[in-house]
Order: sequence, then structure tokens, then C-alpha cells
Amino acid sequence: MTPTPATRRRIRRGIDNAALYFAVAVLLAPCLFVFFWMISLSLKYDIDNTAWPPVFIPTEPTFDNFVHVFQESPMFLYFWNSVQVTGSATLVAMLLGVPAGYGIAKARAHGLAAVLLLSRMTPGLSYLIPLFALFQMMGMIGTVWPIALTHMVITLPIVTWIMIGFFETLPQELEEAARIDGATIWQAFYYVALPLARPGIVVGAILSFIYSWNNFIFGAVFAGRTTRTMPVAVYNMLTFESFAWGPLAAAAIVVMLPVMALTIVIQREIVQGLAAGGVK
Amino acid sequence: MAGADITAGVKGQGSADRRLRPYLGFIWPALVVCSAVIIFPWLFTVWMSFNDWHIGSARAWVGIENYSKLATDRRFLESIGHTIYFTVLAVFLPLVLGTFAATVFHKKFRGRGFFRTLFIMPMMATPVAVSLVWTMMFHPQLGVLNYLLSLVGLPPSLWVFAPATVIPSLALVEVWLWTPFVMIIVLGGLASLPTEPYEAALIDGASQWQMFWKITYPLVLPFIVVAAIIRTIDALKAFETIWVISNGGPGTASETLNVYLYAQAFAYNQVGTASAVVVVFFAIIVVLSLVLLWARQKAQWS
Repeated sequence: MTPTPATRRRIRRGIDNAALYFAVAVLLAPCLFVFFWMISLSLKYDIDNTAWPPVFIPTEPTFDNFVHVFQESPMFLYFWNSVQVTGSATLVAMLLGVPAGYGIAKARAHGLAAVLLLSRMTPGLSYLIPLFALFQMMGMIGTVWPIALTHMVITLPIVTWIMIGFFETLPQELEEAARIDGATIWQAFYYVALPLARPGIVVGAILSFIYSWNNFIFGAVFAGRTTRTMPVAVYNMLTFESFAWGPLAAAAIVVMLPVMALTIVIQREIVQGLAAGGVK
Repeated sequence: MAGADITAGVKGQGSADRRLRPYLGFIWPALVVCSAVIIFPWLFTVWMSFNDWHIGSARAWVGIENYSKLATDRRFLESIGHTIYFTVLAVFLPLVLGTFAATVFHKKFRGRGFFRTLFIMPMMATPVAVSLVWTMMFHPQLGVLNYLLSLVGLPPSLWVFAPATVIPSLALVEVWLWTPFVMIIVLGGLASLPTEPYEAALIDGASQWQMFWKITYPLVLPFIVVAAIIRTIDALKAFETIWVISNGGPGTASETLNVYLYAQAFAYNQVGTASAVVVVFFAIIVVLSLVLLWARQKAQWS
């Protein structure tokens, strides 16, 4: 008995589906394995972490490594430093970058947009030498504010770039109507354009938060003992405890937990925001 | 990106000024901060590159001596080679994998949103923390990667502990981190494609493979080139992964321009030399970006 065209189609679709899920599995496996291994290391005693063959699933899970991280180093202080640096750099970037994005989009000032692109091309390290000299002259080394200020190098271009893309897609008519009704250019921005751009503002704020939080190099150069940001603190653990794998993995988790949580909460907006910001 | 728009902006200079004036109030606060944290360092760096300045001692004008010294500095020239090798791997592989991932995540299937979220997690993860985990995975005796190799019958590798394998190993971390970024950009491109060519091709009995190469690939090529430009810039600038995992070693086998620059500036305090490195480095990035932008124009015209 030969299969009818309908069953043949169904078999064909079944094979296509299986191939699709296989491709998804192949793509996700390496991506998830690194996270799995990090979690696995953080939940095991060091005797299991250095065992051969490696122990994949912890037999007796323990939170000792996390306790160790918080006891051995002032993690809450470093967390607070990171919050201050990232929070202020993001906030100021929003206050300056959202209006700037609006102005550049409305005036179609593409030369200014190109300056932003150039700033993205510049290696982060090259900002550090002159700023280091400057901050030393001003006696600001040893506080968190030089770090926050240099993080503006990251956050301001991200916010402005995303906002340019967003404001360019907004229809002109609403603001024009407001202007005809006698609103000033600032009122049109504040009461008409800004509320419409709320999704863009959220994406810009969160992406700039994530990239500022993850940044290592500025903190590494400017931070003293008490002003370390989270990534710098974790890097320092590596140099002092290179064989304590459990605590190192636990510290890695503690650093990335806030950004991972944010990513999950707004993943859809991140995908849209990055696609728009990168492609335009 | 702004490439095509810049030329368009230059044409109507007079009308552009008139358009810009009312909006200057929106722009100048950001412009002032930009000048302070971005443009001031540029100018300072260029000026400093013509000086000999060792932090703590006197500064002296030396003209182009910093540059002529670099031209014969073997370690510097080798670091350019390392940077190019690393960049080629860290751009090409994410482009291939990311484009493939985008075609997969463009299809509709159950759980797509959830799997896509999992897939973009690496690019949001803190690079220093990720590098830390990879450092442990690369361990030649106890690392889990060598165990996985032994499972499929391959001999153990020295990974970042041998000069021959260190750059591909570091590029592997970079591929892991940034493939999702390419995926997102290309996914945005796929979403904007028309459906008619596919329907026509299906009627003509085209295979999936033919449809990809004949329809999808040419249409998303501009997006792939955008991803290539951003990825090239970022791979040239890669620092944290290399610094944390191999610290430029073993010896100077994985010392890229950025790592060499860091050593000059903050280990040897040679601000003049480091500034000259920055200028050369920046020139390389700009030239490569322009080449890629030109490639993008070509991709759009053909």
C-alpha cells in the first residue's frame, strides 16, 4: 500500500519539525552548558570540583561557597558601589541622551550621529590614559565618581543611539498639531513625543544599565580597595584564590544575577531594541 | 548605519543649519558631556603621542619618535598579527553561527520565545564572570572541556596554556559571548523580508537549501554586513576576555594591541608610547570600518 499524499506530507512535516528542534538543541547546548557548569561548580565542595572525572550534578548541594564569598570580601559594599556607578551613569545618560536623541532625529543632524559611532569605535582603554591623568590632577581618584563619569562613555552613546532610532519612527503629525495649537518646542517634546517614546526609553535605560554594570576596564583602572565595582571585585578574587573554584563560580553568579534577571524580564524589548539600534 | 546618511547630510548645508537651530537646546547638554569624556581624551591622546612622558618624571616633546620606535618594536608588530588572527576568528565564526541561528529562530515553533531568551543570555552575561568560568573550564588537568573531548575520543588540549592554541581558545569564548548579537541583527533583517519570493519558490519546488542561498542570503546580506562591522570593531577592541583568561600569555602569545596598550600605559607607565599605540590602533579600526561600510554600500547596490 502506498502512502497517500496527505500522510506523506505529514511525515515530511514531522521530519522538518524534528530537524528544527535538533538545530535548536545544537545551538542551545554550548550556550547553556557554560551556565550549567558555573551553577554546578558553585554548589559543590572543592573536593568534588577538582575530581576526575568531573562531578556534573552535585551529590550534596551546598551554599557554603556563597557564604564564603560574602564573608571573605565586602560584597555588599561592592554591590553598592556598582549600583551607584551604574545607576548614576544611566540616569545622567537618560537625562542628556533622550533630549539629544530627539534633537538629532528631528534636525536630522547625522554628523552628530557619526560622532557617536566614532566614540563606539574608540577602544575604551584610550579614554583611560587622559582621564586618569585628569582625575589625578583633580584629586578624584579614590571615590566612585571618576568611575561613574567614565561610564558615561558607554551609556551616553547607547541611549542617544537608541533614542535617535526611536524618535525617527514616531509620526511627525502629532507634534506639528501641538505646535499649531501654540505649544513650544519643549512642550511638544515633553507632552507629545516623550510619552510615545516610553518603550524606547525603557530599552535604552536597561541596555545602558546592563553594559555599564558589566564593564570592567574603567573600574579596574580607577577603583581603589573600597571603590571596586562588582566585576573588578570578582577579577580580584581570581588573582588571590585561583584554585578555589567553588567560591569563584559563586562570585561569578552573584555578579551577573542582576543583569540576567533584567534580561529575562524584558527579553522581547531587548531583542527589538538591539535590532532597531544596530540596523538603522 | 550612519554611513550613507553622512553624505546626504553634507549636501544641503544651509537648510540643515536652519533645521538644526531650534533643536540645539536639546543637543548641547549631551554635546558638552561628550566633549568632556570623549573628545577631550582624543585630543589629549594625539598630543601626548608626540611626547615622551613616563608618569612621575618630566614630559618632553619628541616629535614622531614614539611612532618610529613602534615601527621597529617587534612586540608591537606581533601584537598586530595576534589582533588580526583573533579578529578574523571572532568575526567569521559568530557571523556563520549567528546567521544560522537567526534562520532557525525565525521559524515558528512551540517555545520559540523561551528558547530565544535562553540563546541571548550569553551576550548579557558579565564578560569578566564568564571569562572566569571559561578559565576553570580550560584547565588542562581538571578542566571539564578536556573531559568532554575524552568522551568523544579526542586527545586533551592545552587550550590557553600553549602558544599554538591560545588565540583560537580565546576566540571560542568570544564566539560564545557574541553569536547571539549577530543572531539578533540578522533576525531583525529576516523579519523585514517579503514573503512572495518564498511562495513562488515553493510552487517551483525549490529546496530549503536553494531558498536560503538564492533568496534569503542576498536579501539579508546588508544586515549581515552591519553585524560584521559592529563585530569587527568589538573584536578588535576585545580586552576583558583576553586579560582575565590568558593575560596576554603564555609569554606574549596572545598579546593583542589592546593588551599591549594596557601594559605600556599601566604597567610601564609609558604614557607617550601608549598614546601612539592608541592613535595607530584607532586608525586601524577606522580604516577597517570604512572598508566594511564600503562593502555594505556594494551589497545594497548589487
